Amino acid sequence: MAKLTIADLKKIKEDYHQGLREGGFRVKITVHMGTCGIAAGARGIMNTIMEELAKSNLKDVAITTSGCAGLCSQEPMTTIETTGQPPIKYTALTEEKMRKIFAEHVVAGRPVTEYALVAGHETTY
Amino acid sequence: MICAGTGCVANGSLKVKDALETELIKRNLQKEVKIVLTGCNGFCAKGPVMVVYPEDIFYQLVKPEDVPHLVEEHFIKGRPVQKFLYTPPADKNTIPVMNDIPFFKHQVLRALRNRSLIDAEKIEEYIARDGYMAAAKALTEMTPEQIVVEMKKSGLRGRGGAGFLTGLKWELCARVSGDIKYILCNGDEGDPGAFMDRSVMEADPHSVLEGMIIAAKAINAHYGYIYVRAEYPLAVQRLQLAIESAKDHGLLGKDILGTGFDLDLEIYQGAGAFVCGEETALMASIEGKRGMPRAKPPFPAVKGLWQRPSVLNNVETFANIPPIILHGADWYASLGTEKSKGTKVFALSGALNNIGLVEVPMGTPLKTIIYDIGGGIKNNRKFKAVQMGGPSGGCIPGSLIDTPVDFENINKTGAIMGSGGMVVMDETTCMPAMAKFFLEFTEDESCGKCVPCRIGNKTLLTILQRITNGEGREGDIELLLDLSQQIKDTSLCGLGQTSPNPVLTTIKYFRDEYEAHIKEHRCPARVCTPLVKFVVDQSKCKKCGQCFKACPAGALKWEKGQVAYIDPEKCTKCKSCIKACRFWSID
Repeated sequence: MAKLTIADLKKIKEDYHQGLREGGFRVKITVHMGTCGIAAGARGIMNTIMEELAKSNLKDVAITTSGCAGLCSQEPMTTIETTGQPPIKYTALTEEKMRKIFAEHVVAGRPVTEYALVAGHETTY
Repeated sequence: MICAGTGCVANGSLKVKDALETELIKRNLQKEVKIVLTGCNGFCAKGPVMVVYPEDIFYQLVKPEDVPHLVEEHFIKGRPVQKFLYTPPADKNTIPVMNDIPFFKHQVLRALRNRSLIDAEKIEEYIARDGYMAAAKALTEMTPEQIVVEMKKSGLRGRGGAGFLTGLKWELCARVSGDIKYILCNGDEGDPGAFMDRSVMEADPHSVLEGMIIAAKAINAHYGYIYVRAEYPLAVQRLQLAIESAKDHGLLGKDILGTGFDLDLEIYQGAGAFVCGEETALMASIEGKRGMPRAKPPFPAVKGLWQRPSVLNNVETFANIPPIILHGADWYASLGTEKSKGTKVFALSGALNNIGLVEVPMGTPLKTIIYDIGGGIKNNRKFKAVQMGGPSGGCIPGSLIDTPVDFENINKTGAIMGSGGMVVMDETTCMPAMAKFFLEFTEDESCGKCVPCRIGNKTLLTILQRITNGEGREGDIELLLDLSQQIKDTSLCGLGQTSPNPVLTTIKYFRDEYEAHIKEHRCPARVCTPLVKFVVDQSKCKKCGQCFKACPAGALKWEKGQVAYIDPEKCTKCKSCIKACRFWSID
């Protein structure tokens, strides 16, 4: 890997944001996989999402991970963001809940109100 | 605050921002009104949205062509524009937004700024969130002196617990001449109930590396260690990956970002001894010696690791540094109290509804943290006390729940800010037993080098054991107080100097419980088994039979409508009945 310069840093940032906007992904699913999430079963949730994605043949869904989302007692959690909609956090997931969320929110674009905790980003300024 | 979440950007929020900037300049208001782009508010359907502070007025569906009218009315004439005001939806069946949920509403993320937004294992995602831009600024535009000045001005104090001014620590080391210096990161998080540093290392390892690069430049160090306990395998794995990928990208190693500055970092895994969180013990441990502290001075800034000038900062401290360099000291100091600036991360655990990791501005009242963010006490029980600062800290009782959480105010209570563990207790916790628990911990973790800590803590524990066994003697409380003070005054390091704090604070706030144990042979919380009689109080029993259902030994006699009875012959004193009884009717 070539060594980066400061100009490269800015370019990575721009390319990344442009990629998000134009990369063709309609949905981004983040599974929260800190120690707390993994201990509560996040790997099982991740596997469920992968299975459902493979079954669905969708090509516009990105799956990623991140660390602890803060509410350790309500893990496993995922955040699902679809284009033009606020990111929705789902808590205390099971595989069945996740399958339902996949079918309704990811495939059909209707967030599952009963399992959703909150919409939006946290305050970071 | 203009929303720049994907939803609002798609609806044209950036155009609204441009229009607003133009209009403010036109009206010569650009110095009075500051525009900030925020993450998603959750109101995408009503976007673009913006919030105007300090009035906290929420505007929705703003278009660029509306901006001149809005500026005229709101900022010049001072009246909110009704047309764009947010109206709460009539439909109750919608998903709440961040501001509706107290857990999120009161938090401000700085050290945890990338929480749930980036993949810790992808350096591009960190860079996309302004990652390494602060390091770039520090390496190209700032002298070491300027970095130190900025850090001092920001007022950031060490997040490991003692609260020493970070900029001052760096200045002391920067002033010492020496061709080899070390920058060290303390990830030896050891307080029971604390997991802030682990989470930062797992979720955002590059923020720690970037903070270390900036610190290294300030003190002119070219080598450093991150000391992490081996019980944090995921943190170690993600840090290792972060170091490797930073090296691959020229963000660590030789000639960082082409600036000519070198820094190599390495992880050192600790075996999990509590005392190794003490700076001189940590350094001895890296040197391959037994993790034992030594007397100071000389301070590590002068003679640290391998006798070289060294700076050791906590994980959370490092994570706070990049945004300070990027946004400036004034920005950082805009939150917090007079002497405690910025935000603090806390790990909430114990008898709370919401267990987790939270970041709040310094000065947030304890009450907000426990009742709003923490969601109050589980099972509708009463809040009794919160232990802050782990075994080195103390408990803060319910009567002091309005205390603003900052270094000064927490110290006044006799507890310490500590690294951020908050263990919340309800009325089923026995305070002498709680103090005993922490003393068992410190007695176990004392390295044994100095007598007050090695023998003093052992003696404190012995006295607490006899009190909780119902063998407490007249004068034991005074003995505990006297001995505690001596241990504090004469111990070599922070471990011994703080280990009596749980004893001192529980006596200060719950002396009646100690007296009940010693004089009345009674444990008010029914925790200390030798002091519980296992007799049903006939006047309090509601005849519900919960104790009967809970007893695994068949010792409870109960029939519908009858007061329960415990057969002493069969009772194994397991306390299942006490846990099951909701009326405190078993003594």
